[in-house]
Amino acid sequence: MTTMAKIDLKEQNPLEALKQFFAGILKLKDVTSILVPQRLSTLNTIMPTLVTDAALLEGVDPLAPAFPMNAARIASRLTRKPMGGKVAAVLRPCEIRAFIELVKLNQAHREEILLISTDCLGAFPNKEYFKFAAQDGGEETLRFYKTMLGGNTHEMEGYPLAPACKACEHPVSENADIQIGLYGIKPGESILIKAQSEAGDEMLKQMNLPETTEPTGRQAAIDTLISQRIRFRDDMFAKTQEAVNSLDKMGAYFSNCVNCYNCRVACPVCYCKECVFVTDVFDHEPSQYLQWAARKGMIKMPTDTLFYHLTRLAHMSTACVGCGQCSNACPNDIPIMEVFRTVAQHTQQAFGYEAGKNLEEKPPLSVFFKDEFQEVVGIS
Amino acid sequence: MSEFEPTIVAFFCNWCTFTAADLAGTSRLSYPHNIRIIRVMCTGMVDPQYVIKAFLEGADGVLVSGCNPGDCHYINGNYKARRRIKLLKEILPQFGFENERLRLTWIGASDGVRLAEILRTFVTQIKALGPSQTKLKMAI
Repeated sequence: MTTMAKIDLKEQNPLEALKQFFAGILKLKDVTSILVPQRLSTLNTIMPTLVTDAALLEGVDPLAPAFPMNAARIASRLTRKPMGGKVAAVLRPCEIRAFIELVKLNQAHREEILLISTDCLGAFPNKEYFKFAAQDGGEETLRFYKTMLGGNTHEMEGYPLAPACKACEHPVSENADIQIGLYGIKPGESILIKAQSEAGDEMLKQMNLPETTEPTGRQAAIDTLISQRIRFRDDMFAKTQEAVNSLDKMGAYFSNCVNCYNCRVACPVCYCKECVFVTDVFDHEPSQYLQWAARKGMIKMPTDTLFYHLTRLAHMSTACVGCGQCSNACPNDIPIMEVFRTVAQHTQQAFGYEAGKNLEEKPPLSVFFKDEFQEVVGIS
Repeated sequence: MSEFEPTIVAFFCNWCTFTAADLAGTSRLSYPHNIRIIRVMCTGMVDPQYVIKAFLEGADGVLVSGCNPGDCHYINGNYKARRRIKLLKEILPQFGFENERLRLTWIGASDGVRLAEILRTFVTQIKALGPSQTKLKMAI
């Protein structure tokens, strides 16, 4: 479980090394395909691709500051039933944590997937990334890689990281079978390949890479980054709490919400095939609206905006991994992630649970015990 | 000025607390008229959504009440309800809904007297707390 290897970089280019490494994985027996983010030539966008031909890994780019979607949803599609062979999936740590939640919710299976993760350098909000990528074709990932590893972990060339990334205390995956290490190594020098499970160990053994040991300073670099992130996160929690702690403030916070439900569509752990908010339950009779309006003289249309957000918090906050795709998906730029993470922190703590951490921990609302939470019962 | 009369939505399970409410009635016990009882088959079917909706529509308090531990007609519905109430008690206070407005109790079928007492206590407490923010203002 401790196999560690390193790949020295040619021309200081980690993407080239990753391409070779992924091609090597694809050649392993048992591995049928690899799910990996690639730069699609057409629009200079980065999207997950499912590749079976090692020659078609030209655009491999898991380090770009682009995070168009949480690919845990894709991994769940690929593994919800037996696929007929193993797929290796290159995911960000938050995608792996969302995937673990989906496995626990029976929406995905762990057996046929090898999870590979690179140390996460973070990403820009989608809209910012489009602007950033429009300026420059292919070199920007390498600039981003050097800037982030050079100690500036908040912004680059005036583009700030997404708030979700700035508040992320999990830049390195604990649950990947293979973790590709970047932090604590001089940028452009080498990358670390670390097996973190038996399956990962098995893979690395077949690949015959030069063995190495954990670079000195790696753990310290990660710890420093995490403590910066936690500072930002706690500050965000305090500010958000203050911003929504009454009906008025909550109304103001969500006042631009048009009930498009994009945040729910983008959410990796909101897995219902049919959300209750698009069913007949919310297809109110016209006379019902009139009745509601008559009661207070006025109602805001569309209705049920706060009802929707509060219900979604009840449904998924214990599974929230804080990936920030809800904020990315909002057409009106409501900082949704901030509210959901702030509340999720409370709900997860209440049940002693951390989303995406451990496959063995049961989701809080799927279990119950006889003598628990006595404090919520009774009126004295 | 007339005294504030709260609206309290109560979800009572068919087998225990609702039967206790029936017993309170047939025993001619009185309890405050502020309680709007909704009979459900089990507290385990009280979706957190129901509670959220009640609050957003202007309820000043919500009471969920079912069978004593071990007595659930469906074996464990009340334990599930307890986790959901715990969850709601973490979410709602973040948005300014005081924790005291949401209550869970276990009241057995023969506890008509206790039921009347609990309802009186709850109404007194909510009166002291004052109207809910949603009663005064529109929720978007």
